[in-house]
Amino acid sequence: MSQFAGHFRYVMSENPVTVISFSLFLFIIFIGIFGPAIAPYDPIATAASNALKPPSWAHPFGTDHLGRDVLSRVVVATRLDLGIALSAVVLSFIVGSALGSAAGFWGGWWDRIVGRFSDTIMAFPLFVLAMGIVAAMGNTVENIVYATAIINLPFYIRVSRAETSIRRSAGYVDAARLSGSSEVRILATQVFPNILPPMMVQVSLNMGWAILNAAGLSFIGLGVRAPEAEWGIMVAEGATYIVSGEWWLALFPGAALMIAVFCFNLMGDGLRDLVDPQRRT
Amino acid sequence: MNSKLYKIGRRLLQAVPSVLGVIVISFVLTRALPGDPAVYFAGAMADQESIQQVRQALGLDRSWIEQFFIYVGNLVQGDWGQSLKTGQPVTEELLKRLPASMELTLIGLGLAIAVAVPLGILAATNPGSWVDHVCRMLVTAGVSLPTFFTGLFLVYIFYYLLGWSPSPLGRLDIVYLSPPHVTGFYIIDSLLAGDLETFRGAVAQLILPAATLGLFALAPIARMTRGAMLGALASDYVRTARANGLSRATVLMTYAFRNASLPVLTTLGMVFSFLLGANVLVEKVFSWPGIGSFAIEALVASDYAAVQGFVLSMALLFVAVNLTIDVILTMTDPRVGLGD
Amino acid sequence: MDPRHFLDVDQLSVEFRTRNGIVEALKKVSLYVDKGEVLGVVGESGSGKSVSAYTVIGLLDRAGYATEGTAMFDGISLFDAKESQLRDLRGREISMIFQNPRAALNPIRPVGKQIEDVLRRHAQTSSPNLKEKAIDMLDQVKIVNPEQRYWSYPFELSGGMCQRVMIAIALACNPRLLIADEPTTGLDVTTQKATMDLIQELTQKRNMSVILITHDLGMAAAYCDRLVVMQKGEVVETAPVDQLFVNPQHAYTKKLIAASPGPNSELADLTAVPDEMAESELESKVAPLPRQPVMPSGTANLLEVHSLVKEFPVRDQIGFHLPWSKKPEQEEVFRAVDDISFLLTRGESLGLVGESGCGKSTTSSMITRLLDPTKGDIVFDGENITSFSAAQFARLPQRTKIQMVFQDPTDSLNPRYTATDTIAEPLKRLLGMDVRKDINDKVRELAAMVGLPEHLLTRFPHQLSGGQKARVGIARAIAVDPLLLILDEPTSALDVSVQAVVLQLLDRLKHELGMSYIFVSHDLNVVRLLCERVIVMNRGKIIEAGTADEVLRNPKEEYTQNLISSIPHFEPEKQKVKAS
Repeated sequence: MSQFAGHFRYVMSENPVTVISFSLFLFIIFIGIFGPAIAPYDPIATAASNALKPPSWAHPFGTDHLGRDVLSRVVVATRLDLGIALSAVVLSFIVGSALGSAAGFWGGWWDRIVGRFSDTIMAFPLFVLAMGIVAAMGNTVENIVYATAIINLPFYIRVSRAETSIRRSAGYVDAARLSGSSEVRILATQVFPNILPPMMVQVSLNMGWAILNAAGLSFIGLGVRAPEAEWGIMVAEGATYIVSGEWWLALFPGAALMIAVFCFNLMGDGLRDLVDPQRRT
Repeated sequence: MNSKLYKIGRRLLQAVPSVLGVIVISFVLTRALPGDPAVYFAGAMADQESIQQVRQALGLDRSWIEQFFIYVGNLVQGDWGQSLKTGQPVTEELLKRLPASMELTLIGLGLAIAVAVPLGILAATNPGSWVDHVCRMLVTAGVSLPTFFTGLFLVYIFYYLLGWSPSPLGRLDIVYLSPPHVTGFYIIDSLLAGDLETFRGAVAQLILPAATLGLFALAPIARMTRGAMLGALASDYVRTARANGLSRATVLMTYAFRNASLPVLTTLGMVFSFLLGANVLVEKVFSWPGIGSFAIEALVASDYAAVQGFVLSMALLFVAVNLTIDVILTMTDPRVGLGD
Repeated sequence: MDPRHFLDVDQLSVEFRTRNGIVEALKKVSLYVDKGEVLGVVGESGSGKSVSAYTVIGLLDRAGYATEGTAMFDGISLFDAKESQLRDLRGREISMIFQNPRAALNPIRPVGKQIEDVLRRHAQTSSPNLKEKAIDMLDQVKIVNPEQRYWSYPFELSGGMCQRVMIAIALACNPRLLIADEPTTGLDVTTQKATMDLIQELTQKRNMSVILITHDLGMAAAYCDRLVVMQKGEVVETAPVDQLFVNPQHAYTKKLIAASPGPNSELADLTAVPDEMAESELESKVAPLPRQPVMPSGTANLLEVHSLVKEFPVRDQIGFHLPWSKKPEQEEVFRAVDDISFLLTRGESLGLVGESGCGKSTTSSMITRLLDPTKGDIVFDGENITSFSAAQFARLPQRTKIQMVFQDPTDSLNPRYTATDTIAEPLKRLLGMDVRKDINDKVRELAAMVGLPEHLLTRFPHQLSGGQKARVGIARAIAVDPLLLILDEPTSALDVSVQAVVLQLLDRLKHELGMSYIFVSHDLNVVRLLCERVIVMNRGKIIEAGTADEVLRNPKEEYTQNLISSIPHFEPEKQKVKAS
C-alpha cells in the first residue's frame, strides 16, 4: 500500500495537468455528494416576482424564468448528471469488458457472436439509437441509464477484445499454462490486469461522453422532467431566453457540463499512468 | 484489379448482415413498447375499433416470426407507417425533410475537414509550436463542448450581441421564397435558378448551424489527423525516405500523409455517426426543418411510427456511408481484406 | 593512396534529452573510412554504434544533439552543412539500409515506385526511363521476375526480398558510402549469408565504402576489412580484422571474442575473461562443471516421440468457392510437423536445430503439451501423454516434470508481476504452496541458484536487464523440479556476453538438478555447447540426426552442409580472398 502511495505521489508530481484534473474531479464529486446540503436556496422553490434576474450577490448565477436560483439548481443537478453517467459507464464497463475479453481470448464463434452484436449496435448513429431505446422503453431516468449503457458497450467490447487478442499469445500466458493455471484463471489474473491501463483511458473518455449524451437526451425532452434540476434540461429551458439576451439561464449549466466533461477527458492519461506498472521508475 | 473487385464485392456482401441487424433491432424497438403496441400506433385519440384495426393491419396478434416478416414486407414496400401528427406516411415526411438535414450536415462536415486536416498536419510537423498547442487545445475543448451549448452561444454572440447573423429560425428568412425545387439543397437550387438574393439569404441562415456542427466534428478529425501524422512521421519507412534524401514535400505527402489518411478516413465514419446525432440537437436550437426536428416533435407527441422510421432511416444512411468509406479504403489500401 | 580519409569522424560526442535527464550516448568517438574500404562497427546493445551512424547521416532523433566533434565526408563538413545540402547528399552520396526491412518500406506503395522516387529525386535518369532503371535495379539485387515484382507491395514479399529492395533503393543512385545498420537481424541464417554476399558483390563492383554495423563478430570478420569495437558510447579498439582477432588489445574486445561461440569453442572458454561489469559477484562467477559423459541408461528413455504430425488448416485466401462446390479432400492443410520420431535418454541434452518455419517450435509446443498433436504419440517417463488433452494435462502431476524456458524474456514475463510473483506462480499452482513464508524462502533459494541478486526480486520486468529477465524465466522453469526442460531459443534475444553467462548457468543447472534438455535454436554453434546430440529439421521433417560434433564437422545432408556454411565465423588462420 505504501508502495502505491509513493507511486501516486510520483504520478501527480510528473504532470501538473493530472493534479488539476484529479483535484477538479474530487471537487465535482464533493459537490455531487453534498450538493443539496450546501445549495443556498431550494432548487425547485419558485418566486415569480424574482424571475429572470441577472447574476448578483444574492444570486451569483441569476434566477430563471420561474424565479428559481440558478446556482442552487446547477449544484443540485451535479448529483443527477454524475449519477446517470457513472451508473451507465460502470454497467457498460463490466458487461463490455467481460464480453470483449472473453471474445478476444478464446476467439472462435463466441468471438463472432460478440463481434456481430457490437457491430449491430455500432451500425446505428449512437445518439439516435439512444433516442429510439428511450422512446421504446419509456421516458424515465432509469431508461436513460440503460440506453446510455447500451450505446457505450461497443467501445468497451472493442478495446478489451483488441487488447486481449494482442496478449493472448504472449509468452507469459503460455508460461502460466505450464504453471498449471486454468484458462479462466489466466484470463482473469494474467491478461485482464494488463489490459486495464488502456481501458482506464477509455473509461474516462466515456464518462465525459456519457454525461454529454444524458444531457443531450434531456435537452430534447427525454428522461428527466421539470421541475427536476438537471444540466441538460436547464440549458433547454434557457435556450428560449438566449435570443432575448438572458444568457445566464443557459450559460451556467452549460459551463458546468463543459467543466465536468473536460475534467474527465483530462483524467484519462493520469488514470492510465496510475494503473500502469511500466510508468513506475 | 480482379482481386480488388472481389474484395469490394465481399465488402458489399458484408453490409447485408449489418442491414439485417439494423432491421431486427428496429423491429425489436417497435414491438418492445411496454403495454399494448397497438394502442401506441393507433394514437391517444383512438377508440377500441380503430385500435383493433391497427392491430390487425400491423399483424400484432400474430406470432413474432410472422410479425417480423410482415414488418420487413412493409418496409420493403415503402410502408413505414403513418405519422400520427401529420397524418402523412412516414416515408413521405422523411424524404421531404432529408435535403435540409443533408445540406446542413454535409456543409458542417466539409467545414470541419477543411480546417481540421491542415491543422492536424501542421501540428504534427511542428511539434511544440503554437500551432500544435492551438490544435491540442481545440481538440480537448472540442470533445468537451456540448453541441447544443455551442450552438446557443454562437447565437447569443453573433445574433444577439453582434447582430451579424439573422434570427435562428430555420432555413430562410420570411422575406425570401424558397427556390424552385431541384435537389432540395437551397444553396444549389438558388444558384441554379440564378437567384443570388435567395442564395445569400440561405447561406446566412446556414452559417451558424453549420459552424456549430463543424466545431463538433473538428475535434475528433483534428486529433486523428495529428495522431496519424505523428505516427507516420515517426515510422521506419519515413526514416528510410529521409535517409535517401527525398524532398520534404515527397516525404510529407507521398509517404506520410497518404499512409496517415487511412485511419483518418476510418475516423470520418465514426464522426459521421456522431454528426447524425448532433444534427438532432442543432436542428432544435436553430429550428431547422430537417429530420432531427421531425424526430423531436414525434418523440414529444408519442408518434411512435415516426420515431422508429427516423431511427431506421438514420441507421440505413449510416450503413451506406460506412460502406462507401470502406470501399474507398479497399481501393486505396492494398492490405485491406487480409487476415479476415 | 588518398591521405585524406573518405569519411572522418573526430571526437564526436552526442547527448540525448530524456525524461530522466541528459544521457551521454557517444563520448569522443573517432573513426574513419577510406575509399573502397569496409569498416565494421561492432558492439552490444547500448554501445552507441547506431547512434554514430544516425549522427553522420544527420537523422538523429529530435531529442539528440552533438555537443562536440566533427564529421568530414570527402572534404565536406557534415555538421556545418545546411539541411538542403544534406538532403542532396543522402541517397546520392551516402545511403543507409536498416534492420526490419519490411517495416522500413512504405506499406502502401509498390516497391518499384519507391526505387523510382529516389531516382527521380536525384535526377539520375530522365522521366521515361525511370521505370526501366527501377526494374534494372531489382534485377541487380537478384529479384526474380523484376517486371512483375515492380508492382509488389512490401507485405507480399519475404523479409529477405524486402531487404533486397532496400538495397536497391539505397544503391540506385550509386552512392559512394553505404551504411548498413544491422541489415540481417531477424533474417534466417541462409538468407543472412545471401544478403551479405549480395551487398559485398554490389559494393565491391562499384568500389563503394561500407560501414557495417553489427553485433555479430563472425559476420564482421567475414565481410569487413577493419573493425571498430564500441562499448557504452566509446570506441575501445580499432584494428584491421586479422589483427583484432589474433591479437586483441582491449579487455572488452577480448571478452567479446571469447563470448562468441565458434565451431571449436568450449563452454568454459566463453567467459575466460572475467566480467567486471556484472551486477554482482553472483552473476559472473558461474563456473561450469566439466562435461560429464552420459550415464549408460539402464533406465528407460525419458522421452519417446513416435511419428508426430501436426497439421494446421489453411485459410482460403482469394479463391471464392461456393460452399457446395468444394470437395472435402481438397481442404488445404499445412503440415508444420511431418512425421518425426526421436528418443531422449535421461540426463541427455538434445539440440533441435532449423531455420524459421521448420517446425521446431511446433514440436516443442507439442512436447510441453501446450498444443495437441494431430497424429502420433509422445511417451514421457513411460507414460503416453498424448492420450490426455492439453487442458487435462495441466492438472496431472506430470505437468511439473516438463517445463519450458521461453525465447523472449520480455514477452514471457507478465509486466504486472514482480520477479517474486512470477517465480512463485508455479509454486502456488502446481505445488499448492500457500504459506507466504515458505513461498518466499523457496523463491530466494531459486534466485540464488540462478545467480539473481535478492534485491532484484521485488522489481518489475521493465526494471530488469535482459540477462536478469532471462534468469527469472529460468528460475520459474526449474521451480517445480522438472525432469525435462525445453529451452526455446533462450539466448537469441540476449547480448553475446550475457548469452555466455546464461549458457554456463544452464549447463551447471543441468548437472546439479539432473535435468534433460531439449534445446531449440537456429544457431548450431550455441547448440553444440550444451547438447550431446543434435537433430536438424526442415519443413517439418528431420533431415539429419547425430552427435553434435559429428553433425557439425561432418554433415551428411546437403541442407545441413548449407546451413553450417552459412554461419559466419572468424578463423584467424584463414585468409580472405577479395575479388579484384
